[in-house]
Amino acid sequence: MVMKKRIKVLVTKVGLDGHDRGAKVVSSLLKEAGMEVIYLGMFQRPESIVKAAIDEDVDVIGLSYLSGEHLIFTPKIVDEMKKNNFDDVLLIAGGTFPAEDIPTMEEMGIDKVFRAGSLTKSIVDYIKDHVEE
Amino acid sequence: MKKKLNTSEMVNRLLAGDRRSAARLITLVENEMDDHHEVMSLVYPHTGQAMILGITGAGGTGKSTLTDHLIGKFREQGKKVGVVVVDPSSPFSGGAFLGDRIRLQSHSQDDGVYIRSLASRGYLGGLSRATYDVIRIMEAMGNEVVIVETLGAGQDEVDVIHIAHTCLVVVTPGMGDDIQAMKAGIMEIADIIVLNKADLDGADRSLRHLQGALTVGSFEEGEWMPRVVPTVSAANKPEDLQGIDELTVTIAEHQAYLRKTRAIERVRYNRVEQELGLIFKDELQKIIFKGLKGTGKKREYIESIIEQRKDPYSVVEEVLNTYLLPGE
Repeated sequence: MVMKKRIKVLVTKVGLDGHDRGAKVVSSLLKEAGMEVIYLGMFQRPESIVKAAIDEDVDVIGLSYLSGEHLIFTPKIVDEMKKNNFDDVLLIAGGTFPAEDIPTMEEMGIDKVFRAGSLTKSIVDYIKDHVEE
Repeated sequence: MKKKLNTSEMVNRLLAGDRRSAARLITLVENEMDDHHEVMSLVYPHTGQAMILGITGAGGTGKSTLTDHLIGKFREQGKKVGVVVVDPSSPFSGGAFLGDRIRLQSHSQDDGVYIRSLASRGYLGGLSRATYDVIRIMEAMGNEVVIVETLGAGQDEVDVIHIAHTCLVVVTPGMGDDIQAMKAGIMEIADIIVLNKADLDGADRSLRHLQGALTVGSFEEGEWMPRVVPTVSAANKPEDLQGIDELTVTIAEHQAYLRKTRAIERVRYNRVEQELGLIFKDELQKIIFKGLKGTGKKREYIESIIEQRKDPYSVVEEVLNTYLLPGE
């Protein structure tokens, strides 16, 4: 029985942002695409996200943003990943924020940003292409 | 792509308690990668000392919130805790939504707690195939307690009995009368039955039914009688929680019973026997399919069964004689 390694994705929200519908929708879509999603839920701190990601040995961390904190929390999470020498995983973000913030977020260390309205397939394909290389 | 590390070096770091190495080794074992057997050979001498606590019960009964409280109790005792939580894989996509961690957040900053979510990946029995090895890895990591939480179990997912020293079955009020409690299967494997959400209507009735069902069983003198512990594991105010201390004490009493009566030796024996059986099954299947590979025989056998020229039992006998016992 040869088993193919399954892609593991941690999906979470950081800070005081109580809107988790989008994160749940994306988690379900990734599950339907054959991935194992660890759903960490809302109100996380950068430290708890990175610790869970290390323990679960995930391939991808997915951050969901809505309340306008994306430029505040992104560098904190990237720093925490670097501090723990855990920066060889894919970091993606999605949600609702101004399009002009995307280059800034990418400069801060997000590998790929998907705004609300992105096609499911584009998220799934991006993860598959970049994890299984 | 993640950097590859040398296996024995990773095991050495695991033995020193390094969580990153533990995480990587679990991935390697869970995906049955090339070094799987070598890893387990290196890990095995460092296992066997942890207390293994199994928690099972239907989905939504509160297994994870109870687990969260129990982690806290073991941490108060100064013990390092490993936690394995299993959730089901999709039979359609093979993917999974692993949501237990969301209830296990009280200890998210505690380095003495290592939690790992596993998807069942089609394995029946309430666990995943890798669970056996993952527990061993957590033991080798230095955890003195390993909590194994099964996926939401129904009546017959009882594999946790094969690995846990103490087995908790979590139920809630309104899940049926004493007839349900008397049925074979999951209710029989409980060392402790936790009646969670005991603040709900009907809890008294459920408690009577559960206790009633237990007393009609047969127990030898000196044997452990399963106990029912009512709890409230989720509340807005901490003072509204109930039964967590009683549950902790009851677990300790069961542990003491196991040691005193040496029943622990039987539990250990059964665990290894079960493990060995599983590995035999896996490895034999691998050998046989490997033997058939490229010969075109597999398709031939399957078609012969579909067309009713042969039956599965005679095919298995024929294959075993050819590939497993050649020359006899």
